[in-house]
Amino acid sequence: MPNTKYNQQMEFFIDMQRCIGCHACEMACAECETNGQESMIHIHYVDRAVSVQTTVQVCMHCEDPVCANVCPADAITKDDFGVVHTANTSRCIGCSNCVLACPFGVPIKSEPQELMMKCNMCYDRTSAGKKPMCATVCPSQALYYGTREEISKMRPDSVPVNTFQFGEQEVKTKVNIMMPKGSTHLKVH
Amino acid sequence: MLKLFQTLNTQALIKATIAAIAVVILVLAGSRNLQNFDAALIAYLLGTVFAVFGIAYRYSVWLQRPPTRLYWRRSWQFLLSKDFPSYAWRSLVLFFKNILFQRFIYPRGKTRWIGHFLLATGCLIAFAVTIPLTFGWVHFTLEQGSFSTYNANFFGFKAGTFELGSPIAFLTFHALVWCSVLVTIGAVMMMKRRLTNGGLIATQTFEGDWLPLILLIAISITGLGISYDYTFLQGRTHQFMSVTHAVTVILFLVWIPFGKFFHIFQRLAQLGANIYKVEGERRGMAVCPHTLEPFASHTHVEDLKNISRDLGFDFRLENGKNHLDFSPEGKRSALAKAHFEARKNSGKFFG
Repeated sequence: MPNTKYNQQMEFFIDMQRCIGCHACEMACAECETNGQESMIHIHYVDRAVSVQTTVQVCMHCEDPVCANVCPADAITKDDFGVVHTANTSRCIGCSNCVLACPFGVPIKSEPQELMMKCNMCYDRTSAGKKPMCATVCPSQALYYGTREEISKMRPDSVPVNTFQFGEQEVKTKVNIMMPKGSTHLKVH
Repeated sequence: MLKLFQTLNTQALIKATIAAIAVVILVLAGSRNLQNFDAALIAYLLGTVFAVFGIAYRYSVWLQRPPTRLYWRRSWQFLLSKDFPSYAWRSLVLFFKNILFQRFIYPRGKTRWIGHFLLATGCLIAFAVTIPLTFGWVHFTLEQGSFSTYNANFFGFKAGTFELGSPIAFLTFHALVWCSVLVTIGAVMMMKRRLTNGGLIATQTFEGDWLPLILLIAISITGLGISYDYTFLQGRTHQFMSVTHAVTVILFLVWIPFGKFFHIFQRLAQLGANIYKVEGERRGMAVCPHTLEPFASHTHVEDLKNISRDLGFDFRLENGKNHLDFSPEGKRSALAKAHFEARKNSGKFFG
């Protein structure tokens, strides 16, 4: 990638229990120019019939991205900073393999454009040393972008975790989830 | 160098060699044993044969990847089924809509579509004109006994007649001029996007995004230079113009298998993906255990389980189900629920 001002000390921390469902991140996400100004963040009720809990989901930027592996068109790539980029528009054939295979349910298929789109950590901003749009506007810091030192001071009883267990499969990610202190992974199933 | 030979893909090498030999045979047949072959175009022919070899090699390697192989097999399986007429018709319509007119780019941006359409149309017409000429499949002769009637011959057979100086002759002989104008306008429009769009500026690369546009403009301008030379300069700069044009075209041909231009050949897979989606929906939809709504075809979900397992990912759950049985929303909710449980069990939701 051409711009090398990407600050590798800065990391993304997500804590969906802090999400208040305000949708500020959704509006801010649409300001990201690498998304073509379409909002890519997911924010929705978890189970509206029984709870008002909302959840927020950005791309977790997996170390070994399933989306890129199952892509038949070699359209998804991971760069040297570990950012998994949205589909290369000239290659993507709109098959939806990535949409269905992503363990975090992140990619979106735009039907009219026959194109997969997803969060690429506001690469226009992060590659210039800035914070992603969603993290700059989140009022409850469910989405936080900063250093490990900063987050450990702010959340002394939590620990960032980047290992997820989906049945038999372990997935490691660039983005961290804030878990109770002492946790080493999050077992989803 | 040794590493290059060690990493060669044998299957792809065989297929690429067959493709390259097939081109040479077609050249010999189409030009009637080189009788109608224009020797001045030998460098272009060598470039084209290399391009065919490279494209066939990369295509073959590409098809060996598990997800691509599955789409390839499924596409042909569904196309050649009892529903062949409807799928063939659908593919034909989509070929015009999505390949020739690139209709799917329009929702991405009107100006972007216009730019790409001009660029792609110019390239496709130029391919249609230059490849038969380079291969000696098409050549022109004077009608016997006439100094003003031209015959267009295809594979050595007379395929059409027109008068020199007629509008058809003008359009035909300047076909590549029109292509150059289309390509130049399209490429400049695409360059403007790359200079002004913040998202593209952040992610583009020189060799991936700028080099193809520069090459296309270089081909167009040097090609127009040849026409300008023989029209207005009495051919005084012919040698310079023809050599620079040949260099740019050959660079382009050699670059096709390696760079962005390979997407011209990959794009056809979009037709297969469409058939796959339609046939999948006919066979039945998978219902998400969380949202209780259909979200994708059952065939697609099952195929993905197999592909991901082939690629080393095992999303099987202890209860015999699979994480991939969940819709994207179901997966996000499962993660949120697990996170909620972990926080609840720790006795603290925040901190």
